[in-house]
Amino acid sequence: MNLVRDRTVQGLTLALGVMLIVSALVPSWIVNQLLFAFSRAIVVLGLLVLWRTRLVSFGHALYFGLGAYTVAMTSRYTGVNDAFALLGAAALLSTVVGFFVGFIIRRYRDIFFAMLNLAFSMILYGILVKTEALGSTDGFTIEQPTFAGIAFEDPSEGKLALLCLLMVVGWAVAVGVQAYLRSTLGRLTTAIGDNEIRVEYLGYSAEHAIHIKYVLSTFLAGLGGGFMALALGQVDPDSMVNWTASGELVFVTILSGPGSVAAPFIGSFVFEILRTYAFEWMPHAWQMIVGGTLLIVIFFMPGGLWGLVSGVAQRLTRRRPAAAAPGAGG
Amino acid sequence: MPPPILDVRNLHKNFGAVTAASNINVSFTAGETVGIIGANGAGKTTFVNMITGYLKPTRGAILYRSREITGLPPRSIARLGICRSFQVSQVFVSLSVLENLLTAVAIASSPGLGMLRPLRRPELIERAERIMERYRIAAFRDQLASELSQGARKLLDIAMAVAGGPKILLLDEPTSGISTEEKQPLMDVVMEALKQDELTILFVEHDMEIVERYVDRVLAFYQGEVICDAPPAEALRDPKVQEFVIGGEYQAGGGHA
Ligand SMILES: Nc1ncnc2c1ncn2[C@@H]1O[C@H](COP(=O)(O)OP(=O)(O)O)[C@@H](O)[C@H]1O
Ligand SMILES: [Mg+2]
Repeated sequence: MNLVRDRTVQGLTLALGVMLIVSALVPSWIVNQLLFAFSRAIVVLGLLVLWRTRLVSFGHALYFGLGAYTVAMTSRYTGVNDAFALLGAAALLSTVVGFFVGFIIRRYRDIFFAMLNLAFSMILYGILVKTEALGSTDGFTIEQPTFAGIAFEDPSEGKLALLCLLMVVGWAVAVGVQAYLRSTLGRLTTAIGDNEIRVEYLGYSAEHAIHIKYVLSTFLAGLGGGFMALALGQVDPDSMVNWTASGELVFVTILSGPGSVAAPFIGSFVFEILRTYAFEWMPHAWQMIVGGTLLIVIFFMPGGLWGLVSGVAQRLTRRRPAAAAPGAGG
Repeated sequence: MPPPILDVRNLHKNFGAVTAASNINVSFTAGETVGIIGANGAGKTTFVNMITGYLKPTRGAILYRSREITGLPPRSIARLGICRSFQVSQVFVSLSVLENLLTAVAIASSPGLGMLRPLRRPELIERAERIMERYRIAAFRDQLASELSQGARKLLDIAMAVAGGPKILLLDEPTSGISTEEKQPLMDVVMEALKQDELTILFVEHDMEIVERYVDRVLAFYQGEVICDAPPAEALRDPKVQEFVIGGEYQAGGGHA
């Protein structure tokens, strides 16, 4: 496969190598930040796929929460406590739900698409809050998992192991999404956003293509939610399923920018840092800083952080040949 | 006579009280070029829409190579080999000309799981480029479709319709929105390109000079009915056609003779 020669894949692989080394050296609070950031990044990756088709979901906390609660419930009620099994269950359940909900969702566009997702997520929120066995408003804590049978005595070692797994899985899904985005099906993003009728007359169903994108995004949301549950060691409806959690995901998507599958990882990390510091500076008004950031991104950085990063990179690489040209002439 | 490639039987379409198609019985032989004429609202687009699956007929049947296709969705009909262009060009405005054609070529040549193969495959790019050259839009290869002139956009629209190698091509007013001087050259490009594919072509056209110049056969519509089905020379002299379609006597050769 010529994926090996794909610049984005090369960059991601290099980043994975560097991060695996770096994460072993940094203090544990950074390990935690990275865990939260990359868990969310996996979810945002799915929203990026939707956004490229000009679809925004205000309800993906449904799948994020479903993934998180699947991890929590499975570990609590079945005794299965291996990270691989828990995450697999999380991804599977949210994908299955996404598949069925997708039959309804795929018929809607624009604000209806966004709000229908919100409506479904509010139903799950209501169920969780009302059900004692699901932890009600408090949620519950999750034991530290094992990794393919290996148990870590030291919790910080366990966190580090989780981060390594998260980074490898994050790399794998980013490469997978990149391959998808290069495929004919994946390229039916802008095309569908532009003109569904034409897609139909070329011989493919736009609804079908949207359904596949949607299921892909629910798979990623469930997986990311599962990681988030393990990273936090707890689940609760307000931070994971409520509409504010969905809003946060959309925020990070816009902050990251749709330009690359690497963008969600950068965007999510910046978001984590931003929120932590904003909370320290202004415990009661941190939303103001987050909101202000969103305004800046929308007004001045339509390509998000990725647009900024790639713009700077382009300027740097362009300057070199330009500087070399006069020398060659003289 | 060879069996018809397309056979339309007793086709009806009502929109509430409006009858847009009424008792249409026609069949087409492979390789024919047929001009569809009629005043505004006569039912030409409705006819095209029913054949391509956009509209379900109220009654009647459409058979393609003896197989009934009535009521199939547009994508299935397109995959069977019946493609179309649009009265108002339908292209992907935020993609480049090349990407527009690549998408068309790729969908046509990637059924099922083939859709997961990369879009930018060398063989597909080559095919897209060949089509661009035939339709004289190669110069705009990397321009966004939104930046194209009306004429170039029409050409792209038609090029996308034929990209999948259809057997039947329906063109709904290929020259609408094009200035009079540009019409003939545009149609020359289109017909020249299409000739190489031995297609059956049905095209809706208002300009009788163009009809006379390019078609083998004329179908004239009036209030949802086919009022004349004949070779152009005969059709354009038909009194009913002159009264209800052309609105006056048609001067053969458009005064060039
Ligand atoms: N979707 C529709 N709903 C209601 N009436 C329609 C619709 N499409 C076409 N019509 C009516 O059907 C008749 C034929 O329209 P059309 O096929 O577009 O004509 P043409 O293409 O020959 O100008 C017109 O009276 C038109 O108003
Ligand atoms: Mg019309």
